[in-house]
Amino acid sequence: MKVAGKMASVETKAAFWRGLKDCSPFIVVVIPFSTLFGVVARDAGLDILQVVAMSAIVIAGSAQFTALSLLQEGAPVFVVLLASLAVNMRMAMYSAALVPHIGAAPLRLRALMAYVMVDQTFAVSVQTFEAEPEMPLDQKIAYYFGCIVVVCIPWYICTFLGALLGQAIPTSLSPDFAVPICFIALVAPMLRTLPHVVTAGVSVLAAVAFAWVPWNFGLIIAAVLAMIAGAQVEFWQRRKARGAEL
Amino acid sequence: MIPDSTFWFVTAVLGVGTYLIRFSFLGLLGGRQLPDWLLVHLRYVGVAVLPALVTPMILWPAANGGQLDPLRMIAAAAAMWAGWRLGVVWAIVVGMGTLWGLQYLTSQFHLG
Repeated sequence: MKVAGKMASVETKAAFWRGLKDCSPFIVVVIPFSTLFGVVARDAGLDILQVVAMSAIVIAGSAQFTALSLLQEGAPVFVVLLASLAVNMRMAMYSAALVPHIGAAPLRLRALMAYVMVDQTFAVSVQTFEAEPEMPLDQKIAYYFGCIVVVCIPWYICTFLGALLGQAIPTSLSPDFAVPICFIALVAPMLRTLPHVVTAGVSVLAAVAFAWVPWNFGLIIAAVLAMIAGAQVEFWQRRKARGAEL
Repeated sequence: MIPDSTFWFVTAVLGVGTYLIRFSFLGLLGGRQLPDWLLVHLRYVGVAVLPALVTPMILWPAANGGQLDPLRMIAAAAAMWAGWRLGVVWAIVVGMGTLWGLQYLTSQFHLG
């Protein structure tokens, strides 16, 4: 019994290190992205405490950039919140997708796992859990936290470093351009399937078509239209696939 | 400048809201399954919001007085290509690199 307990803890530790290793390639994404957030946020006039607090409270780069750029444009608060929460709505899907794997974990662990749920760690851990459904719960939890450590800790540290660096960057280097570039960097790799491409296309066209709408509300209209377009293309593809089977 | 009170209000609500989205199914709803039509729509939320947000920043950049700036448009297209073919980090490197390169060239040849 004692031996088995010891074995389990060795395996749990191994799972933690494996998660850490599997997610480590994302360090090269997290470091520039979080540093840029720090720089851009300082450029927008936030102080270092505000920058770090936002990263620690929200830990969602694209939503933070969204909120920051809309705040800077002077958009109304409800539009800022609606747009940045919309950017995070995809995480409801992550949350649902994780339930079959780690839903049986104690509530306090699930509460912590929810706080640190981000794109990269979700993608890597679900991929592993689906490939190895026989992995025991404690190892899955350890694996998940291994993923988290390697992504979230650099996220906090580099936002802080970026904020320190902040105003040392001259405007001749166009630091403002880093914001759209970061969004493009996040979106471009998503364009792998037809529905994703259609969604992005509708989003761009509708953003131009509804640019005249006051309070940046055109953004919300464009996003809703694009989301519906993407879902419809997926439904259409499914019907087509079913038709081909018959 | 962003007023302090606005900043803290937005950060607090965004933090709580984001947490509730993340906690939703894992924490509150347990193993209950989402209807399929909703999952399909949720899948496209990210890619629906971000391009609409970026487009005006590229077409009418505040740093250029809200006027079209061909250099930024070219740099954005280059970043798009790099992100699609090579990945996230390359999109940032190629996008910023292209803008700086073009700005340097136009300043050298007085085209800007």
